[in-house]
Amino acid sequence: MSLGTQIFSSDSITQLAPAEVSLTDVSKAFGSGPDRVEVLHNINVTAAPGEILAILGPSGCGKSTLLRLVAGLETATSGSVCVDGHLVTGIDAQCSVVFQEPRLLPWRTVAKNVQLGVRDSGTSGEIQAWLELVGLGDFGGYLPKQISGGMAQRAALARALIGHPGVLLLDEPFAALDALTRMQMQDLLVEVKERIGTTVLLVTHDVDEALYLADRIIVLGERGQGIVETISIESPRPRDRSDTSTIPLRRELLRLFGVHV
Amino acid sequence: MTVTAREVESTDRATRDEVKQNRRRVSWAGAALLGMILPASLLLLWQWFSTNGSYSASQLPTPSAVASALLELIERGTYWTHVAISVQRVLLGFAIGASAGLIIGSLVGLSPRASSLLSPTIQAIRAVPSLAWVPLLVLWMGIYEGPKVTLVAIGAFFPVFTTVASGFMHTDRKLIEVGRAYGLSGIKLVTGILLPAAAPTIFAGLRLGLAQSWLFVVAAELIASSKGLGFLLIDSQNTSRTDILLLAIISLAILGKTTDLILATIEKRTLKWI
Ligand SMILES: Nc1ncnc2c1ncn2[C@@H]1O[C@H](COP(=O)(O)OP(=O)(O)OP(=O)(O)O)[C@@H](O)[C@H]1O
Ligand SMILES: [Mg+2]
Repeated sequence: MSLGTQIFSSDSITQLAPAEVSLTDVSKAFGSGPDRVEVLHNINVTAAPGEILAILGPSGCGKSTLLRLVAGLETATSGSVCVDGHLVTGIDAQCSVVFQEPRLLPWRTVAKNVQLGVRDSGTSGEIQAWLELVGLGDFGGYLPKQISGGMAQRAALARALIGHPGVLLLDEPFAALDALTRMQMQDLLVEVKERIGTTVLLVTHDVDEALYLADRIIVLGERGQGIVETISIESPRPRDRSDTSTIPLRRELLRLFGVHV
Repeated sequence: MTVTAREVESTDRATRDEVKQNRRRVSWAGAALLGMILPASLLLLWQWFSTNGSYSASQLPTPSAVASALLELIERGTYWTHVAISVQRVLLGFAIGASAGLIIGSLVGLSPRASSLLSPTIQAIRAVPSLAWVPLLVLWMGIYEGPKVTLVAIGAFFPVFTTVASGFMHTDRKLIEVGRAYGLSGIKLVTGILLPAAAPTIFAGLRLGLAQSWLFVVAAELIASSKGLGFLLIDSQNTSRTDILLLAIISLAILGKTTDLILATIEKRTLKWI
């Protein structure tokens, strides 16, 4: 798959420089009184500009919440979240989110949904190019109800990428895809990232995906435990899926989740 | 030239769409036919019971007697006047009531503060059986069109208000979040996300409001009027013209169904994505 020049030479889009994301002593609690639950506790982590940071952890441990804090969709109970050195106080224009579900607007066509990623600007050629990139070239005119879950998730990915965000927040973006498409989308992500240089926070359940894509992996413990492990992966991208040198790391990660290998 | 999998897929899809469309056309005709079965049987039953001696002609006139009553009224030049005045009251009252319902319902649905301010009062007013307003309306507005149109407006207002407010209140949080995450806020968020998301509910409310309008126009015309289908009902009862009574009822059914059909067509056009 090669990226059309149209996508990156376009000047209708202000390309944002990759931004640093830093969380300092961030805690997030929901509810109050006896119902209060602290989901995130004292999280300290910084993603360097252009880094791919994978976030692993058991279900319900607060991975989505962490992304939402960075996006400005949620405010921290204590601590500070900064993008590019600025405190995040509202919706951050530098960030694009791919939610855990596709969340396409049902009344818009697929193409119009993608266009939302550039705030409804952008040329039709540009949109078409991104649709083709995620394998939806023929489906721009379809409505969300007419496409499959995996296709919808790919449209959501295009919607996030088309704005060339400084920070890309991905919440298990490939979980709904079949194995082959998932690999294609992972490679697409690497390729796009190399070209537009965005910082990526990638929430995933998939240890192999984290190992294949990330510069660094943080592992969250059960709800409220905070970061229990940080792993750096030095090997350059694009990586080899059959690389055996990551096997010890993989084993270690899986052991953290209580899986024996 | 080789044919790629995607090409196959898309031509496949095209033919499938065509088949689906044909099937839809067929099923539409089928549905229309199905919908006619009951009225046709009712007509037959009516004919049967009105001629077999179980009811007298003054209790249940034959369908043809009703048809000649229609011709009689048309000849006298009153039928279309009655229809026109009722339709006018409904349309005017519905336009006023539904607009107010849309505006106030949106306010209440979109702003918690407006909801705290308005909801208790509106709910209290709603608790008053609508016909209780009639004496007051007559007192304030006289006996001409004012009170009738106002009563219809009251009838249209409440269903529209309630559904619009709840439609906006229950918009999918997740879609609102998408809008916000992609830079929509304020009025753009309302028109871009909240309005289309609430549109199906809003249309349901409008159709309910229209049905209520017909209900209320008849009530208003029964109580104080010298024209309109509601007046025709009460007048024919007083003069023991059961044929005209049935004619008025059938006319109301046809008019109510027709106006609803118009709204339903607009709904279908607008909500193509459903
Ligand atoms: N708005 C909210 N109000 C109350 N509790 C919430 C809210 N949002 C999230 N939570 C709680 O926070 C915890 C973490 O939720 P979150 O969605 O971040 O988990 P997650 O790690 O993304 O899980 P998964 O892997 O299943 O997606 C959950 O226990 C959830 O119940
Ligand atoms: Mg989650």
